[in-house]
Amino acid sequence: MSATLATVSYVGATILFILSLGGLSNPETSRRGNLYGIIGMTLAVLATVFGPQVTAAGYGWILGAMAVGGAIGLYAARVVKMTQMPELVALMHSLVGLAAVLIGYANYIDPATSFHVVDGKNIPLTSVEKAIHEIEIYLGILIGAVTFSGSIIAFGKLSGKISGKPLLLPARHWINLAGLLAVLWFGREFISSPGIADGMTPLFVMTVIALLFGIHMVMAIGGADMPVVVSMLNSYSGWAAAATGFMLSNDLLIVTGALVGSSGAILSYIMCRAMNRNFISVIAGGFGTEGGVPAVPGGVPPAGEVIPVSAMETADLLRDAKNVIIVPGYGMAVAQAQHTVFEITRHLRDKGVNVRFGIHPVAGRMPGHMNVLLAEAKVPYDIVMEMDEINEDFADTDVAMVIGANDIVNPAAQEDPASPIAGMPVLEVWKAKTSVVMKRSMASGYAGVDNPLFYKDNNRMLFGDAKKMLDEVLVGLKSA
Amino acid sequence: MPQVIGVPTETAAGEKRVATVPEVVDKLIKLGFRVAVQSGAGEAANFSDEAYRAAGADIVPDAAQLWTRSDIVFKVRAPSAEEVGLARAGQAIVSFIWPAQNPDLMRQLAAKNATVLAMDSVPRISRAQKLDALSSMANIAGYRAVIEAAHQFGRFFTGQITAAGKVPPAKVFVIGAGVAGLAAIGAASGLGAIVRANDTRPEVADQVKSMGAEFVGVDYQEEGAGVGGYAKVMSEGFQKAQREVFASQAKDVDIIITTALIPGKPAPRLITAEMVRSMKPGSVIVDMAAEQGGNCELTEPGTVTVKHGVTIIGYADLPSRLARQSSTLYATNLLRLTEELCKAKDGAINVNMEDEVIRGTTVIKDGGITWPPPAPRLSAAPPAAVKPAAAVPAKAPARGHGGGAPASAKSLAITFLAGALVFWFIGAYAPKEFVQHFTVFVLACFVGYMVIWNVTPALHTPLMSVTNAISSIIAIGALVQVAPPIMAAADRPVTWIVGLAVVSIALVAINMFGGFAVTRRMLEMFRK
Repeated sequence: MSATLATVSYVGATILFILSLGGLSNPETSRRGNLYGIIGMTLAVLATVFGPQVTAAGYGWILGAMAVGGAIGLYAARVVKMTQMPELVALMHSLVGLAAVLIGYANYIDPATSFHVVDGKNIPLTSVEKAIHEIEIYLGILIGAVTFSGSIIAFGKLSGKISGKPLLLPARHWINLAGLLAVLWFGREFISSPGIADGMTPLFVMTVIALLFGIHMVMAIGGADMPVVVSMLNSYSGWAAAATGFMLSNDLLIVTGALVGSSGAILSYIMCRAMNRNFISVIAGGFGTEGGVPAVPGGVPPAGEVIPVSAMETADLLRDAKNVIIVPGYGMAVAQAQHTVFEITRHLRDKGVNVRFGIHPVAGRMPGHMNVLLAEAKVPYDIVMEMDEINEDFADTDVAMVIGANDIVNPAAQEDPASPIAGMPVLEVWKAKTSVVMKRSMASGYAGVDNPLFYKDNNRMLFGDAKKMLDEVLVGLKSA
Repeated sequence: MPQVIGVPTETAAGEKRVATVPEVVDKLIKLGFRVAVQSGAGEAANFSDEAYRAAGADIVPDAAQLWTRSDIVFKVRAPSAEEVGLARAGQAIVSFIWPAQNPDLMRQLAAKNATVLAMDSVPRISRAQKLDALSSMANIAGYRAVIEAAHQFGRFFTGQITAAGKVPPAKVFVIGAGVAGLAAIGAASGLGAIVRANDTRPEVADQVKSMGAEFVGVDYQEEGAGVGGYAKVMSEGFQKAQREVFASQAKDVDIIITTALIPGKPAPRLITAEMVRSMKPGSVIVDMAAEQGGNCELTEPGTVTVKHGVTIIGYADLPSRLARQSSTLYATNLLRLTEELCKAKDGAINVNMEDEVIRGTTVIKDGGITWPPPAPRLSAAPPAAVKPAAAVPAKAPARGHGGGAPASAKSLAITFLAGALVFWFIGAYAPKEFVQHFTVFVLACFVGYMVIWNVTPALHTPLMSVTNAISSIIAIGALVQVAPPIMAAADRPVTWIVGLAVVSIALVAINMFGGFAVTRRMLEMFRK
């Protein structure tokens, strides 16, 4: 395959990747979008393998590596539970990060990269070209390392292997700053080092710093901020690919990396906006306030009484309702209750009740988490609404059922300007005639803010494990 | 030193309301203020001096002392000339003002160097609903209008079959389904009457139905909603069609309640003398627009008259006739305003003109007239707006600086300047090849940006897993290192390079295959 043909294939792959992302604009076209992605990837890989840059000597290696990795990947994709999607995605990001680091090192120790090959002759790079090339290597490894260690920690936190609580070291902003300065200083050392062997030390030290930085950054972030972190790491894995593309002068890598990078960046931005948080303050860790001390609930505790109900009474409420909106949160994922939710939904819909779902952008642990869970449980996607679509309809709703969510339905965000979550957009479940909140206990949500919703006259609390309670509600519905 | 909120007795004839109630006094004190109430201020609304004192207010014997002692004065009706005379320079006054109708009052207050917040000028946005005194008063007026009508009407509202014979239900026709109209509909249907309602804004039909009334539309195509959810003046053709509807209703119904008002204009004449004549004897008309000239031609503002056998009620003080209720709600509206003015809860108000609600409400600031305010940013989107399926285009202006506000010119300039510097640096120093790659990179970022905004939020998880799969394109970096077409140089650490590359390929392959497979699995689940 000639160089031109390989390049043209790369252009084709680029177009297919863009179409692939474009296809996700709605569920109808999304399956085809995924197919475009697969075709694009196949095209790119084949064009590379049979292109001018790979000789036949490598085929065996490539085939072997691909087969091993591919088998592991396909197996993981089959066995993963939908509630574990955030963990899987985080783990996969770490692989891209690690690959970027390894490729960076391989590229650096390869003396062939310090020459242009023109007409079969080796022409050394100019000093500017060499400096830029080394900056690219340095950046690629830096981003890759941060992505790698950060994603591993994110995986640990999401799978519960590491506590979800933010770990807040004293003076952690200074530690980060010192790390950044060290990275810059070693970067200068690296570029000014005369030979490959001399450059290894600064490169290696930087890699260690970057790994520590990634760990530290994600450790400082709490469970509910995870959607931001996961999408941010998604973005980093893209930037790592783009940096590698610069390193190898490969436009396909640059374009694809940029696509993925901006995708993750936009998702992070959407998530931050949904929490009314500043991106910097999420990344800097802790909740909101300066210094990262979890905010103390301000002012007086909400007045009123908490009114508990039983599962049977909840079933009665649902049976008498005409309009029901279900607001799921992370608690539903934890309790694996989505299938029971669907059973209840189907039962009510058969009875002519209008059941819909209201999804807050940051419900769950990654963007779109709730949608995937509900889709898994076969809830039709046209009754699953976004917050902006459904928020106005609560006033006409008889029962709003909140399953394992807290901060995203907290009226304090609108009513109490002193609240730490003031101004965050929330689902206005309290406007429904009755709201039922399913919770394990009265513990406050992630933000540590008391929720005045629980004390409202028209609110009922259904305490207990979401799955067990919903099962009882379903029995109650069917018995009558 | 906490500021003193003073509440004088209302001086307007027949005004029974008072600007604060004991319950609210307590809460104002919790905000850090001191509260002074003129002796007897709440008497007409059944709030005794003792009740105020018990809530923590100081009772002041007369108006002169009260105005002298207060830093902020809460009133219901706009201050009279004498009251303006009593006002201290620099005082803050909160009350109904109607700045458009009272230019003289505005000038006098400005001359006193006062700061005036007009409860009638609260912007009509969602956030300000809790302090919207016009709505809370209109709600009371609507209820009271029905009670007044029932008082004058010689029959039951509800239909009954009694031993003494059958009683037909009363038919009530409500014109204008704003807050007052809806309250009237609710009260009348609560009493058992058959209620019909009309409004120039067809989108309120659902609200009318939800209150238990039948919506009587005018069969004429015209959009009736003006700025801020109020009605507007309609075309001649529409008005003609409307009069026909009203004329036929007048013959049929027993009670007509009119609430039609257009901001800043005299009330539209909707019920002609001819229609009144066509009504059944004993019928009742309550003209809630009496103060603005009346919706009915024969209304005499302020009194009850009987014309052609029809009782026409033109009371302009309906909220005041339910003084205890309206005082409580008005006082609560003022409390909410005070909370907005005193976010620090330190007993001192801060008239923050950056705040949209406070800006709209403030008509005089430190002696300078600030009315009318700049047009409000519409929070209630025009009802004609179609909800886009994925709401994507609507999000466009909100990018970059959440909340929909466009970036300030300053920060925009800084961004552009920084961008220009970076580009200049690259252009000046980087080699040609790098610039080419850089061009591709920047363009790809923009393409990504445009494409990703189109992704529906429901598919964000598949988006992440597919982008993750696509980022395994990094495999190419490893592929080209495995066996490049170069001469084996003596110093090339082939083992290392191949080892690193092969491990990378394996890692990335996990991602590549796993990512696409799991995305496919997820997308299969999204079914209608």
